[in-house]
Amino acid sequence: MNRITELFNSGKKDILSVYFTAGYPSLNDTFRTITELEKRGVDMIEIGIPFSDPIADGPVIQKSGSKALLNGMTLSLLFEQLREIREYSQVPLVLMGYINPIVRMGIDTFLEHASRTGIDGVIIPDLPPEEYIEKHQAKFQKAGIFNNFLITPQTPDTRLRQIDEWSEGFLYMVSSAATTGSRESFDEKQLDYFKRVSDMKLKTPRLIGFGVSNHTTFEQACKYADGAIIGSAFIDAVSENGSLAQKVSGFLEAIR
Amino acid sequence: MKDTFLSNGKGYYGDFGGAFIPEMLRENVESLRKVYFNIIESDAFKKEFHDLLVNYAGRPSPLFLAKRLSEKYGAKIYLKREDLNHTGSHKINNTLGQILLARHMGKRRIIAETGAGQHGVATATVCALMNMECVVYMGETDIERQEPNVRRMEMLGAKVVPALSGNKTLKDATNEALRDWICNPEDTFYIIGSVVGPHPYPDLVARLQSVISEELLWQMKKAEGTEDPDYIVACVGGGSNAAGSFYHYLDRKNVKLIGVEASGKGVDTGLTAATIAVGEPGIIHGSMTMLMQTDDGQITEPYSISAGLDYPGIGPLHAWLAGSGRAQYMNATDQEALHAAYELTRLEGIIPALESAHALAVLGKLELKKEDVVVVNVSGRGDKDMQAYINARSLFNVNLEGRR
Ligand SMILES: Cc1ncc(COP(=O)(O)O)c(C=O)c1O
Repeated sequence: MNRITELFNSGKKDILSVYFTAGYPSLNDTFRTITELEKRGVDMIEIGIPFSDPIADGPVIQKSGSKALLNGMTLSLLFEQLREIREYSQVPLVLMGYINPIVRMGIDTFLEHASRTGIDGVIIPDLPPEEYIEKHQAKFQKAGIFNNFLITPQTPDTRLRQIDEWSEGFLYMVSSAATTGSRESFDEKQLDYFKRVSDMKLKTPRLIGFGVSNHTTFEQACKYADGAIIGSAFIDAVSENGSLAQKVSGFLEAIR
Repeated sequence: MKDTFLSNGKGYYGDFGGAFIPEMLRENVESLRKVYFNIIESDAFKKEFHDLLVNYAGRPSPLFLAKRLSEKYGAKIYLKREDLNHTGSHKINNTLGQILLARHMGKRRIIAETGAGQHGVATATVCALMNMECVVYMGETDIERQEPNVRRMEMLGAKVVPALSGNKTLKDATNEALRDWICNPEDTFYIIGSVVGPHPYPDLVARLQSVISEELLWQMKKAEGTEDPDYIVACVGGGSNAAGSFYHYLDRKNVKLIGVEASGKGVDTGLTAATIAVGEPGIIHGSMTMLMQTDDGQITEPYSISAGLDYPGIGPLHAWLAGSGRAQYMNATDQEALHAAYELTRLEGIIPALESAHALAVLGKLELKKEDVVVVNVSGRGDKDMQAYINARSLFNVNLEGRR
């Protein structure tokens, strides 16, 4: 069974998913970041594939991506770095990246690598669901890899139900009209949106992301969804000095 | 006119185009897609747009027979004078159309990206005219090299926001504009400056710019007794002035269509913006097109002396015209463009924009016959490029000797 399905079927509450950029802060941090995060109780991990032009990202993730690329990170190197990951970790792994590097590698080759590596899902913000369903879904299903769709406060209810229908893994609920980045707390309007979607009783589990950064926002998100995704705040934390293990544990203590 | 080279309902030109946008932009783009065609094809819009093109922008732009240039290249060369439009380039055709569309959609805040600053100025201008808030994203490198246009935008009341990522040029300004649009989905209209971006932008901008070829039909008929020249030549950054010059001729295969990209220091130097020459299929700013990129799918930083051509992608229409062989894409280096700019200035008394100079620079490479009729689209005027021209002055004393 896909590890994402297993996780959401396990009855676990307040799921914490952490995003980090592959090859950041150092080229060879990728593997260890995963094992450290898992060791300290993170439920799912999103591995960011750095891209030169990440239009949905705010300054923090943009900078981490540029640095990773300067470090020499590439998509094929990522698969190499992760070759033995399943001997050490059983945490659900999701690759998050923009469509161009994936198309450049070739969808077939990408899926072959991903499935051999033990990747459970992807998030590709600039691949619209319609395009995915029409051209790629069959291949992803054959490879056993879930494509997890985004929804936003602007997504109309009818479309939301359609995307829910199409979903296999989880729904990535973008918390506001914004690019990625940290916030101290959610406002009334965001909470209304969380509640509205929660009341729709969708079939697909939901994780709230964009702006989740601390204990308060994590708790708020978990109240209205199955859990939350933290990205920029974690990137900020690993950008500090210190050992990776210390930075990861210090960060996670402040969240849960 | 048949629609063979136009996009299908989903915004595809052959394999190119589409709308590769994150869900955060979906409602913005979708609400535009649903209404754009009916609005711009309505009689009310057409009347208002036409009235502004004539009485505000100064259309039609003249078709001028350049006698000395013709003599030099041994063919009959006409210049389509988009440089004479209000604000000094073809960009005003597009911004007038899009701001009317924005008003129809009830939007109050306008954002735009700009490279050379011509699109930024044209956007700031129509925002002043229509009393709308205007924010223009411009790469920091371009802010430095096109400074007169920055001052013009500011005088017109626009806020110019520097883009600080990448090489700090047009691509990066476009990224910032898209991020702004993600953050301001409700009141904001994005006036994109070329035939790039997600569907419906490439089609929308091509239609608004098609006024250029629409005029060419009757201007050619009047001047030459036939609507069809042998060649139409235009420079290509994103490709809007080229799309506008080609539009009504797309299905007339007897008319050779030539797009000219900027090859910077040369196509093989790594310092180039000649996308068709060095690119591979890929996705940039919401569109599947030809793209300058690494083997890893990272978008390569382009280079050209001309800020308006300094873009690693190209409109999907052009990727398709190139792929299908309907149009031919050539390129010109910085040096060749500078040379062509001096040449036109001395032969015809017209200082062209550096972008347009790239189109002029291929005249010597087309194997022209005496009876050939060539239309070169002079997309803009050169005021903004005076510093680059002055810097290059010494280079051309020699070449221009004997011509006073
Ligand atoms: C005078 C002029 N010509 C051409 C261009 C290139 O744009 P496009 O290829 O969309 O016509 C620009 C862009 O700034 C410009 O200012």
